[in-house]
Amino acid sequence: AGNEPSWGIPCTQLLIYISTPGCDGFPSLDSKESYKLIVSKGSMLLSAETIWGALRGLETFSQLVGRDENGTYYINETEIVDFPRFPHRGLLLDTSRHYLPLRAILETLDVMAYNKFNVFHWHIVDDPSFPYESSTFPELSRKGAFNAMTHVYTASDVRAVIEYARLRGIRVIPEFDTPGHTLSWGPGAPGLLTPCYVAQQPSGTYGPINPILNSTYQFVTSLFQEVSTVFPDFFIHLGGDEVDFTCWRSNPKIRAFMQEMGFGEDYKKLESFYIQRLLGIVSSLGKGYIVWQEVFDNEVEVKPDTIIHVWKENIMQYKQEMANVTRAGYHALLSAPWYLNRISYGQDWIEAYKVEPLDFRGSPEQKALVIGGEACMWGEFVDVTNLTPRLW
Amino acid sequence: RYYEYMFGRSRRRRWGRRPLGAPALPELSELQVVIEAADPGCDSYPHLGSSEAYHLTVTESVAILKAYEVWGALRGLETFSQLVHEDDYGSFLVNESEINDFPRFAHRGILLDSSRHYLPLKTILTNLDAMAFNKFNVFHWHIVDDQSFPYQSIYFPELSDKGAYSCNLIYTPADVRLVIEYARLRGIRVIPEFDTPGHTQSWGKGQKGLLTPCYSGKQQTGSFGPVNPIWNTTYDFMTKFFKEISSVFPDAYIHLGGDEVDFSCWKSNPEVKEFMKKQGFGIDYAKLESYYIQKILDIVSSYNKGQVVWQEVFDHKAQLKPDTVVQVWKANYYAHELSSVTGAGFSAVLAAPWYLDYISYGQDWKKYYSVEPLNFPGSEEQKKLLIGGEACLWGEFVDATNLTPRLWPRASAVGERLWSSRNVTDLEDAYKRLTSHRCRML
Repeated sequence: AGNEPSWGIPCTQLLIYISTPGCDGFPSLDSKESYKLIVSKGSMLLSAETIWGALRGLETFSQLVGRDENGTYYINETEIVDFPRFPHRGLLLDTSRHYLPLRAILETLDVMAYNKFNVFHWHIVDDPSFPYESSTFPELSRKGAFNAMTHVYTASDVRAVIEYARLRGIRVIPEFDTPGHTLSWGPGAPGLLTPCYVAQQPSGTYGPINPILNSTYQFVTSLFQEVSTVFPDFFIHLGGDEVDFTCWRSNPKIRAFMQEMGFGEDYKKLESFYIQRLLGIVSSLGKGYIVWQEVFDNEVEVKPDTIIHVWKENIMQYKQEMANVTRAGYHALLSAPWYLNRISYGQDWIEAYKVEPLDFRGSPEQKALVIGGEACMWGEFVDVTNLTPRLW
Repeated sequence: RYYEYMFGRSRRRRWGRRPLGAPALPELSELQVVIEAADPGCDSYPHLGSSEAYHLTVTESVAILKAYEVWGALRGLETFSQLVHEDDYGSFLVNESEINDFPRFAHRGILLDSSRHYLPLKTILTNLDAMAFNKFNVFHWHIVDDQSFPYQSIYFPELSDKGAYSCNLIYTPADVRLVIEYARLRGIRVIPEFDTPGHTQSWGKGQKGLLTPCYSGKQQTGSFGPVNPIWNTTYDFMTKFFKEISSVFPDAYIHLGGDEVDFSCWKSNPEVKEFMKKQGFGIDYAKLESYYIQKILDIVSSYNKGQVVWQEVFDHKAQLKPDTVVQVWKANYYAHELSSVTGAGFSAVLAAPWYLDYISYGQDWKKYYSVEPLNFPGSEEQKKLLIGGEACLWGEFVDATNLTPRLWPRASAVGERLWSSRNVTDLEDAYKRLTSHRCRML
């Protein structure tokens, strides 16, 4: 064609230099993701301290490449020095409200990489279903999955997710949410959940995990032993949200326990009792943990390096919560303004974009405790048929 | 295709044996389809007056589907396919049934917008399939608008050459024929909408002199407004254009739009102002709009096509033809509007409560399901004039990547409301059926 721009010398190579790669390791909260990208006449250089930084730089590089009307690939002279503001940039998927086939999860990991997300928060089980195939407790998914043959994640599925994520610099943090949100655990673990009472009789329905039985803690120990081995990340999300006390209150054995322990009528103390023991178990397994904000709100004693996940959505409330959590010296993760499952008409990305995570009253030390945030795609109205266009 | 719907999708074809000792079930070996009319309609196009009633009897060994016209047979075939289910052993079962069915409303439509975002053919065809699963029978194709003009016109190729988003984001005559035939085979009418005089920015790219030049004082600003209603060339163009549309689209009706005309450009244009004076319209630009619309209605009538218009055309008191259909879309006081339209003797189609592009969190299908179209003050005769409704999926935030999960199965709620009897309103029951229907559609 006549007026073609004269492209410079073609660049045929992107040189990648990594000082301490760590290619065989897993990404962590402390991973360095900074990189430097220099594109100049005849040479293209991507340098990073770690492989994780190189991955981010590669993503940027791929976004810089354009194509003109003649099909020529080109790239502008560029100099980029880049690093993330927050080290924990996560996405939550919920595979309990609706099962998500492996391909949906892997596709999501791809798109996460395109957007430099680095944490996949896998809310893998909940009330409606238990798709996680446990080797220690196979009955959990056999009785608790929507379909024990077709709607489960086998050990190899889980490994596939973890490796696919790792290759994209994405950490996989599983969430086994207790003591609430556990109805699907009941069929496969008889005696685990609290039997609810009506008048003086068991009603046949169940509530949260029964916090007064030793068998509960044996079960929890074994399960988290397995989870700790299966999932290599240092952190496990332990949930702890929305515990409904009605069932506990209705159960006479629990009421008796409350008296014995001097908890009176304050069931938050019973919740604390459970959570503290759970945290102890998980700590002794050498893992760190993340919990939903109720654990902090209900004054459970948690270890200093606990990460509190702020999710309750009222505008004033979450900023206040961020202030409170960080003032108490805990690390905070923000999700409250980013519940992407709550769809609405129009360009709602703008509201999400305008959020300033550090916009709360606090000292610089407090603000430094905010390690990042997570966009959440809860699954009540989401499955493989609509996940991708709803989330992205 | 119904054979495949019923038997082809069996994922786990385990030819398991039924347990020993299980009673042998009677077998159904044949569905006989009987179409009673002398001219069943297989070679013609569906229309507003088509018969969609059917009678379905399922008893041992033979099932019989009887309908007056092929359109009813299609509806009955859809129902029959929904009755067939699979047990755990891979056997296909159907219950003994006797069904006498017919639609409550004759016009049951879906509006797609291929101007705000181009919709590839595949998306449109998939949507026609989904419509058939839900017994919708009108595809209201809002094919062009301000943003783009993807319709490749034979007489005016520049319209899409200059007005489409790009040269490959168009609908060729072959594409259009494909859509019309695909729809016909499913008993679905295709009503194209060429919306004027507003919503026409993209027309001006390929047809210079069609749109009104806007002024600031005595100067042209370089921007354009609605179609210019005062020039003869406008009507010469429209005469030729709608001649093409009338022959390309076989349905008896064409949708002419007529909504949301912004008068400010007309008001700024000195020639237009002069014309207003001469015609004695004063400063009532609604009269100019009506003047324009009436001439278009005449043009389209001369091609023996009926017209559908948005409610503003009626509200601004244009003189409509007796068989013009008014589409009520404004959400505020729509019941009142239905009374006015039918009170004036015109047929109405209801879209106002069914703008499915307005997504919101949760089970919004319930609010669509709960609409009762005849809840407006009016006589028996008036209520007969409400010929049906349409679920609209405007395209501002919709393209091929998200159309299907956004529209379905929410539109199914509208489909049932328009087909089923007035007293089918139980949400819990609807929920159960909707969830299985959704899985079936997948």
